[in-house]
Amino acid sequence: MLQVARWRIILVAVVTLLGIAFALPNFLPERVRESLPGFLPRQAINLGLDLRGGSQLLLEIDVATLQRQQLDNVADLMATSLREATPAIRYTGRSVVGDAARVRLVDPTQMEAARRALRVIGQSTTGGNDIYTFTEAADGLVEARITPVHLRELSRQAAQQSIEVIRRRIDPTGTSEVSIVRQGDERIIVQAPGVSDPEMLKQRIGQTALMTFHMVREVSPDEAQTGRLPAGTMLVEPYPGSGVSQEIVERRPRFTGERLVRASPSTDSQTNEFVLSFQLDSQGTRLFCRITSDNTGNRFAILLDNQVLTAPRINEPICGGSGQISGNFTAQSANDLAVMLRAGALPAPLTVIDERTVDASLGQDAINSGGTASAVAVIITFVFMVLAYGLFGVFACIALLVNMVLIIGAMSMIGAALTLPGIAGLILTIAMAVDANVIIYERMRDEARAGRGAALAIDSGFSRAMITIIDANLTTILAAMILFQFGAGPVRGFAWTLSIGVITSVFTAVLVTQILIAWWFRASRPKTLPI
Amino acid sequence: MAIWPLIRLLPQKTNFTYVKFAGIAAFLSIALCVASIVSIFTGGLRENPIEVYQQAEGTPLARIGAIMEHGFNLGIDFRGGTSILIEAPGPIDQEALRALGQSAQDGDIEVQGVTCRPNNAPPYCALLNFETAPNQSATVETIRGGLASVAEGARITNVDAVSAKVSEELFSGGLIALGLAILLMMFYIMFRFEWQFGVGAMLGLVHDVILTLGIFSFFRIEFTLTIIAALLTIIGYGINDTVVVFDRLRENLRKFKKMPLADVIDLSLNETLSRTIITGVTALMALVGLLFLGGEALSGFAIAMLFGIICGTYSSLYVAAPAILIWGVKRGRGETRGGASQATPETAA
Repeated sequence: MLQVARWRIILVAVVTLLGIAFALPNFLPERVRESLPGFLPRQAINLGLDLRGGSQLLLEIDVATLQRQQLDNVADLMATSLREATPAIRYTGRSVVGDAARVRLVDPTQMEAARRALRVIGQSTTGGNDIYTFTEAADGLVEARITPVHLRELSRQAAQQSIEVIRRRIDPTGTSEVSIVRQGDERIIVQAPGVSDPEMLKQRIGQTALMTFHMVREVSPDEAQTGRLPAGTMLVEPYPGSGVSQEIVERRPRFTGERLVRASPSTDSQTNEFVLSFQLDSQGTRLFCRITSDNTGNRFAILLDNQVLTAPRINEPICGGSGQISGNFTAQSANDLAVMLRAGALPAPLTVIDERTVDASLGQDAINSGGTASAVAVIITFVFMVLAYGLFGVFACIALLVNMVLIIGAMSMIGAALTLPGIAGLILTIAMAVDANVIIYERMRDEARAGRGAALAIDSGFSRAMITIIDANLTTILAAMILFQFGAGPVRGFAWTLSIGVITSVFTAVLVTQILIAWWFRASRPKTLPI
Repeated sequence: MAIWPLIRLLPQKTNFTYVKFAGIAAFLSIALCVASIVSIFTGGLRENPIEVYQQAEGTPLARIGAIMEHGFNLGIDFRGGTSILIEAPGPIDQEALRALGQSAQDGDIEVQGVTCRPNNAPPYCALLNFETAPNQSATVETIRGGLASVAEGARITNVDAVSAKVSEELFSGGLIALGLAILLMMFYIMFRFEWQFGVGAMLGLVHDVILTLGIFSFFRIEFTLTIIAALLTIIGYGINDTVVVFDRLRENLRKFKKMPLADVIDLSLNETLSRTIITGVTALMALVGLLFLGGEALSGFAIAMLFGIICGTYSSLYVAAPAILIWGVKRGRGETRGGASQATPETAA
């Protein structure tokens, strides 16, 4: 009677010790924590931004721009395929209209051949489904659209690339605690603990930092007056603060910032101005050499995000692959630009759709009041349980203590963020954890009332309450799972504490209490139930 | 008999007749639910929904959505916009703050004096609310720059900027999560018990959620993301309570096959009453602690939970269980196994 299997005792002991080991770092000062031997866990609970203070930005990829860029590529691809088909298929009107890239066959009877030539483009390189769908019209018009699946895939890739670019931009040394993760297909969450003014972050993230090199088209003032631009050119505004004037440049860049292998701030030895030194890769070096040889005496413009940074005259061919860009820089702006260029361009523009900033002092206040409320909840529950159930209440309290250690240990181990709603979840869990104890004790009382002796009442109290406890708590886990699916940051923290708390509370209320009561029973051999 | 442990003071056997009052309870519940829904659609009995409907734009569905939005004091999460918390060691000139807000951005600007921290340090706080701005960064920067004119030493301690897109997603996501939770619970109960139990549990949950929403709507308590978490927890607590009752009900249905259903329900409710009371009281006490000590950020959560737990307890007793009476339960099934369930205490050692 009232034997507790040895494996249960061992299980409880092992789990409790693990819980203590993982919970301990939270109560040690930073210095002690650092000097712990390597085999001991040293991770403390990861506080959410609302508790430690900091900034969070939710960024969204501009999918429309991404789609447009991709359609431009598709139009190019279609044109190339038709041109390179044997025999070549003649086309006109290569363009992007709405959500489709289109070309028009000069001779609609060649549609069958065109279909064959274009089929290759539509197939995914990784196999599987088609990535573009083609529609044909009798007059020779062929339209290609990106399939929704592929568009999602593209935005997911763009988000992934953006994460790396953002990391290089805002955390070039890799030392800060900034966390950058993808959410869904097209969103990125940037969390920067301790940052109380996110403007710097936003500025660095917000720039696409696409650097392009264009030839300047010199236009006589009279011609400029007419407002009509020569074919294939565009009017570009000066980059803010660069001190240059508007320019008319060729629409097509000769090459882009991808060819840069190095960019760093420096000072010009003659003028003492801050400049940006750059080094091109081998292909860029060849290109730059050829362009500067062919266009000696003309001007070229360096554009950043389609704004003129500088437009110097080419005095001699530059074939060394390195150079300087002057743009009326300060030390800071030259440095920032170098970081941007090294980080590379974003694949698509990003917009901030949600922004939260919490001052660290506000977070500390939340921790304090949350801590007080938790402590009060624990004390109230302890007092109430002991008053209500006497010795068995004490057992329940011990189980609750183990439960709290396990929750803290599990939170530290998983690294889930503890948020302010999470603290509320913790308080609720404390109160709810005794529910399993109450169900068990009440069942014991029922059994005792039905005329069973103490041992039998205790035993069947446990075994028959089990089903109820499992049913009752599984439903709470279900609710927490939905919270995970739905929840943004803080609410997700609540779901974490709630689900961890439910699991640990069933474990402690059932197993820990059972062992305690079994020990007590063997020691005192009571005739009647003390509750 | 010793007074301690106090549980002995609770009568061992109560004989409340819940089912007898089920009719009155049903009337009360329906009346309260109707009142809650009316409150939600009239902005807490303060607005005329027809006017709101006529002023709103878009499809009929979007207009009804607009009425719903008026029904609650929506927080920044669901309303969208920018909310800036300013703290200062001295009094904040609210008019100057409003002027500063206006200089930063046109449109609706709301200035509220708020109590900021439990320990009153710094003592003065104000909240500045904007509609979503085309250029939020610039707005916040302008405010930051002009703070000196509002109060000496004032600083921004909290900024929440939520775009309309995100707030709409959160709002619909929250409603979907609530609906999904209730359905999932119903199916779980149907799977574990009988379909009548599942429907009864669902009625109880819908009842809890509607009444809690009604309270939030009528008293204009700020409705935030945390409240959705509270509502989901209320669903979890309510179903927890209901499961305990149903579990005993199922057992008793097998034990007492001849007893009328209404009496079995009464018996089961009485048998689980002491557990219902003790768990409920523990939870309520912890939440009262949270309400008074947890700070302003969690008070809405505590209110929702307090009310929801009272509702959940009431609804397991007076909604979920009596609802089973409406459809009845097939009793024959336990016939052959009836004896076994009584024998389990002995065999379960």
